Amino acid sequence: MSLVVTPGWYMTLAAILFVIGAVGMLTRRNALVMFMCIELMLNAVNLTFIAAGSALGSLDGQLAVFFVLVVAAAEVVVGLAIIVAIFRRRQSASVDELADMKG
Amino acid sequence: MQDLLWLVIAFPLAGAVFLHFFGRRIGEPRAGFLATLAVAGSFLVSLAAALPFFGGAAEANRLTLWDWMPSIGASFELHWDPLAALMALVVTGVGSLIHLYAIGYMHGDPRFTRFFVYMNLFVASMLTLVLAGNFAMLFVGWELVGLCSYLLISFWFTLPSAAAAGKKAFIVNRIGDVGFMVALMIIFGAFHTLSFTGVLDRAAEVLDPGVATAIALLLLLGAAGKSAQIPLYVWLPDAMEGPTPVSALIHAATMVTAGVYVIARSAAIFEISPIAGPVVATVGALTAFVAATIALAQTDIKRVLAYSTISQLGYMFLAVGAAGHVAGVFHLMTHAFFKALLFLGAGSVIHGLQNHQDMRLMGGLRKHMPVTAATMAIGTLAIAGVPPLAGFWSKDEILGVAFERGGWFGFLWVIGLVTALITAFYMTRQFVLVFLGEPRWPDGIHPHESPRLMTIPLVALAALSVVGGFVNTPFRLGLEHFLEPSFHGVELAHPSENIGIFILLAALSVGAGLAGAAAAFLAYNRPAQLWEKFENSFGKIWGWWQKGYGVDDAYGAVVVVPGRKLAESAAFRFDLGVVDGLVNGVGKAVRGLAARLRPIQNGLVRSYGLLFAAGVVAVVTWMLARGA
Repeated sequence: MSLVVTPGWYMTLAAILFVIGAVGMLTRRNALVMFMCIELMLNAVNLTFIAAGSALGSLDGQLAVFFVLVVAAAEVVVGLAIIVAIFRRRQSASVDELADMKG
Repeated sequence: MQDLLWLVIAFPLAGAVFLHFFGRRIGEPRAGFLATLAVAGSFLVSLAAALPFFGGAAEANRLTLWDWMPSIGASFELHWDPLAALMALVVTGVGSLIHLYAIGYMHGDPRFTRFFVYMNLFVASMLTLVLAGNFAMLFVGWELVGLCSYLLISFWFTLPSAAAAGKKAFIVNRIGDVGFMVALMIIFGAFHTLSFTGVLDRAAEVLDPGVATAIALLLLLGAAGKSAQIPLYVWLPDAMEGPTPVSALIHAATMVTAGVYVIARSAAIFEISPIAGPVVATVGALTAFVAATIALAQTDIKRVLAYSTISQLGYMFLAVGAAGHVAGVFHLMTHAFFKALLFLGAGSVIHGLQNHQDMRLMGGLRKHMPVTAATMAIGTLAIAGVPPLAGFWSKDEILGVAFERGGWFGFLWVIGLVTALITAFYMTRQFVLVFLGEPRWPDGIHPHESPRLMTIPLVALAALSVVGGFVNTPFRLGLEHFLEPSFHGVELAHPSENIGIFILLAALSVGAGLAGAAAAFLAYNRPAQLWEKFENSFGKIWGWWQKGYGVDDAYGAVVVVPGRKLAESAAFRFDLGVVDGLVNGVGKAVRGLAARLRPIQNGLVRSYGLLFAAGVVAVVTWMLARGA
């Protein structure tokens, strides 16, 4: 029995990656790790796009991935800068301590 | 010359404007002299412009300065006829004497120049009123003199009583002004113009008696406010809080006669109404009598004169109400002379006694203030109606008119005669209390005669009070002929031409006057305990007179207190409770809601993430469920 890699596999892998990212996002309190979790979720979505595009024989999926990559790159620039600035100021990257503006 | 008529108003107006900006710089007393010069210049222009009327010219002159509201016949136009000329001469003539006097009286006041700004502004306003060529412009002058009156009554506004008196005068006048304004609206509705020529010349053909009565009675309401007649006279006694020259100029000689002037000017309208004349005359006679009785018991030297002014204005209303317009205007003129004299004399006394006004603390001032005493004596005799002084001729003409009309006016004549007796009594009482008898002033006061600046106007006014009556005697009706063109087409009432009746009436009124004077002299020219006993023997009625029949208290209870309650409930119940309550209620509701929502924003990024995830799950679940 030969192992056939169907789009379902990719979808499953993407779902697993996404859940890891989401759970990490909700459970970790280090801003940097949370950031990485977000990236993980984004790339899970990218994987879904590519898999679906390949299965459907359409380039639209890959097109969307380019957009996501560009936005993610921009986001990383701004987000990392903020996180570094906060860390320099507070010697900590815990998001739970960043509650100065709670209602 | 009459093209330069606008100078009459321009002089004092320019004086006011100039002194407003540069008065402090030129300082005391130069500011006062400048103001006096402005009014005197105005007098000279009036005199020159009035010359043709002395020569018997009958044509009224109209000078349009500029258009204002052409659609309602209201431009800035001056109407120069004998009546306006006479008023202008009285206002500027007496006015310049009073200005001169005020330089001495206001000496040392920190707001000396400000005082003359207001005085000049007043003269300009009053001249606007009397020279107006239409009712709209007349109303402008009417309101401006009210404003100046307010400013000058409360001139010493740091005194609470002066500030209150100014407000009272303004508010009471407002009531009359409403009547005046409604009258103007009805006039415009009937004539479609407010111009004197357009209204008065056509009154007979346009107005029916009902409308004429409405206009006349509303004008009377306005006149009663300005001229301090029942029921709106209450502001005038309080107006004595102002400096004495103000009382003399505004609240005796000129402004308060504006009501008489308006009624005389509108004679053509009053004539059509069958009842307006009698109503005016009745109001006048009643006011004359009531105010005279109140004057009997006053102890403040200026309040006696204030009630006396109200009473004399009542005589003028009696005259114009009985269609004796010439008699009314004649009395207006002579009254301006002798009442200005009396007020300035009283001011001189107050000045000499270091601001004491209580007559019970005077007495024996004759020796210390001979000029004031002599001129005040002339004024007292003039107002008491002793021939041949001015008051005798004019008062007698009024009584003669009332007597000649007969009927209801005959009854008013009796009231007028009794009032003449009371007038002589209270004026003699005042003179005796102030100038004769023993000194009663407290230690440390050294009465002195006033400076020349003040006594010269006194002497001039005394001279006018002596000779002023001769312009219109039954033997030579000078003023009558002079004013005739102004009352063209109006049926004037005259005293009887029968010289026997004149002598009889004169004997009666002179007899009444002398009796009153003699009684007062006998009652008061003796030690204080005796006349105090005399006053106490009247019992309660004296107290009633003293507080003016309690009219102020009654107005307070009926109008002021409920008005204040209404205002307070509007301010503290409605505004604070309902209006502010609504606004605060909205705010409170929002705050309450926010307090419940606020905990959601707890600052924990992961809890936001959880909510977000839960939201996504909910949305996706919903979409799947719907799709299924």
